[in-house]
Amino acid sequence: MLGVARRRLGSGTVLGQLVQALRPTAAPASTTAARNYSAAAKEITVREALNSALDEEMSADPSVFLMGEEVGEYQGAYKISKGLLDKYGPDRVLDTPITEAGFTGIGVGAAYHGLRPIVEFMTFNFSMQAIDHIINSAAKSNYMSSGQISVPIVFRGPNGAAAGVGAQHSQCYAAWYAHVPGLKVLAPYSAEDARGLLKAAIRDPDPVVFLENELLYGESFPVSAEALDSSFCLPIGKAKIERQGKDVTITAFSKMVGYALQAADILAKEGISAEVINLRSIRPLDRAAINASVRKTTRLVTVEEGFPQHGVGAEICMAVVEDSFEYLDAPVERIAGADVPMPYAANLERMAVPQVEDIVRAAKRACYRAVPMAATA
Amino acid sequence: MAAAAVLRRHLTRNSATTSHLSPLLARTRGVSDSTDPITVETSVPFKSHIVDPPSRQTTTSSHELLTFFRDMSLMRRSEIAADSLYKAKLIRGFCHLYDGQEAVAVGMEAAITRADAIITAYRDHCAYLARGGDLVAAFAELMGRRDGCSRGKGGSMHFYKRDANFFGGHGIVGAQVPLGCGIAFAQRYRKEGTVTFDLYGDGAANQGQLFEALNMAALWKLPVILVCENNHYGMGTAEWKASKSPAYFKRGDYVPGLKVDGMDVLAVKQACKFAKEHALANGPIILEMDTYRYHGHSMSDPGSTYRTRDEIAGIRQERDPIERVRKLILAHDFATAQELKDMEKELRKQVDAAIAKAKESPMPDPSELFTNVYVNDCGLESFGVDRKVVRTVLP
Repeated sequence: MLGVARRRLGSGTVLGQLVQALRPTAAPASTTAARNYSAAAKEITVREALNSALDEEMSADPSVFLMGEEVGEYQGAYKISKGLLDKYGPDRVLDTPITEAGFTGIGVGAAYHGLRPIVEFMTFNFSMQAIDHIINSAAKSNYMSSGQISVPIVFRGPNGAAAGVGAQHSQCYAAWYAHVPGLKVLAPYSAEDARGLLKAAIRDPDPVVFLENELLYGESFPVSAEALDSSFCLPIGKAKIERQGKDVTITAFSKMVGYALQAADILAKEGISAEVINLRSIRPLDRAAINASVRKTTRLVTVEEGFPQHGVGAEICMAVVEDSFEYLDAPVERIAGADVPMPYAANLERMAVPQVEDIVRAAKRACYRAVPMAATA
Repeated sequence: MAAAAVLRRHLTRNSATTSHLSPLLARTRGVSDSTDPITVETSVPFKSHIVDPPSRQTTTSSHELLTFFRDMSLMRRSEIAADSLYKAKLIRGFCHLYDGQEAVAVGMEAAITRADAIITAYRDHCAYLARGGDLVAAFAELMGRRDGCSRGKGGSMHFYKRDANFFGGHGIVGAQVPLGCGIAFAQRYRKEGTVTFDLYGDGAANQGQLFEALNMAALWKLPVILVCENNHYGMGTAEWKASKSPAYFKRGDYVPGLKVDGMDVLAVKQACKFAKEHALANGPIILEMDTYRYHGHSMSDPGSTYRTRDEIAGIRQERDPIERVRKLILAHDFATAQELKDMEKELRKQVDAAIAKAKESPMPDPSELFTNVYVNDCGLESFGVDRKVVRTVLP
């Protein structure tokens, strides 16, 4: 029925676009065929990946400890820290009061004195209560002290939109934290990312902001035997080519990687071969990998969930313009969250967050394959 | 030579204010360096909140008093010299001077070891010196030179001395309070048996994060001592205008507190000793140091628009920490007035020499712009203002 309406109205009109938006959201990412299967096809959820990473790093280094709201007795608000209190005791798994400014400052101070804290924010929206400590007390200390005071701390928790949680609980902070020299900012997508990047973050001597995604926690991904080993670690600052392609580069991070892979499947059916880059690291950004890909494909679509202005996509666009302008055959396209606070109503929320079809459309535009657009109101 | 010395001392002693009589023979040994204990009463009794205060009777020695005199005089002289350097535009930006408050830094240091930690806000030059900081490095840092204690990258507000457990030097009012609780957390985690002295001002005392951190410190029995250096003015705002309750030693509610005459170095030492033992056994405690700064908030504040000159002069006259110790030394005949004056002259020369040496230190190499952004820099890119001109791989 909707298909009929779409053909009558044409997808280029505003109404057509609205009708398109009313289609049910794309199927969960775990059913896509674009996933790389490796030799040992064991699957674990992102939640299990994070839990095992925390467990292994706490086991390996007694100076690693976890603090945050409900991380202990409640087993974690999202069960990421399940079992850790029983295993490591209340001296190393600390339930804090709901006082982000205070406990983040305490975590940073503990790092000053050589411990390796993992500070959990129940969501990164609450990190704004503590942002002065993340930036002024943590990020800048090594520089201001000329190397005397280092801060080996990890700030982690769910970032970005969940489902129906409204404006104050849905913001993406990737651009905010990646703005700051002295911080490292990571955004895992798969279970392998979650394990390898969290272990790297905990071992790293610098302050790391680790942006998880609530909706990915329950998703399963295949992991190799290598990724399950306790010594497994991924390098910070290196992106991953999730899917090779030759016609257009699509960059994404976190949940949007799954959407980009689905978009790549759809584009493939229309003869467009998309290369999907899973950024993994927002700061440092893997400019080399992005530029190498764009030099190959000559077209770029950046995808992010957060607000568009001054976002990650804007930085990626500039990185490509600076280093690979002559290679571009089309303007860089940017897909981002809508420039509005997150609404609650399901239909409005769907319009506020990128959907697979948005990525497909932008990729087609970059390939000059778009249906001509009517002027919108 | 000895006779002349005896004669000199005899002559000066007649004009000295001391009333203490001691055999003339004792005068020939020079400035007393004895560690024999003597008892001195603090200026006022300690006021306390939900804890029994320590005794007013403090134990000290001539050696210690002379050390106090020397250390405080060096700090006084350094801060005044920094004032001149600022006016000569050799120090830029912010410069917050500590003259008047020396007894807090010096008394605290006497009560603890270098394994204990100290963290403070931006009025940090003297805390750095008290922790064994180098005078040349201090002035070089103020002037933004390569040999500064933060290699010129920090400035006045960001002095650190990690090997003496001095954790800075913080510019955001109140932020250092949770940080200090975190340092204490690490000390307890590692079962070190050490404590952290976590300093803040009357202006910072109303910060919410202080109460958040204090709550956790009490819950987890962290060995932290919150020290409110109450100089009665938060920048230009008098304490009674900023705080509904300026009884900062009581503001901990369920956390005990002590009010201390911060201009009496022996009272400070006594209180800090008491607080350290308390913190190790019971968790956090608050010390309110009743102190005073002669300068304004910073070098851009004359300090006289919100205070009367009479008030400032009055404190200098009645409560100056160095003068108190001078009187004690003279009263006990541990040195003569002239000897103390000579000491001060020596210290002044020391400070001048340090400044001269610091002035010789060059500015940091331009490559230092990009050092220490991360500990694990290797291979990460960074950019200058015009990235087509300045683009580097971090060292």
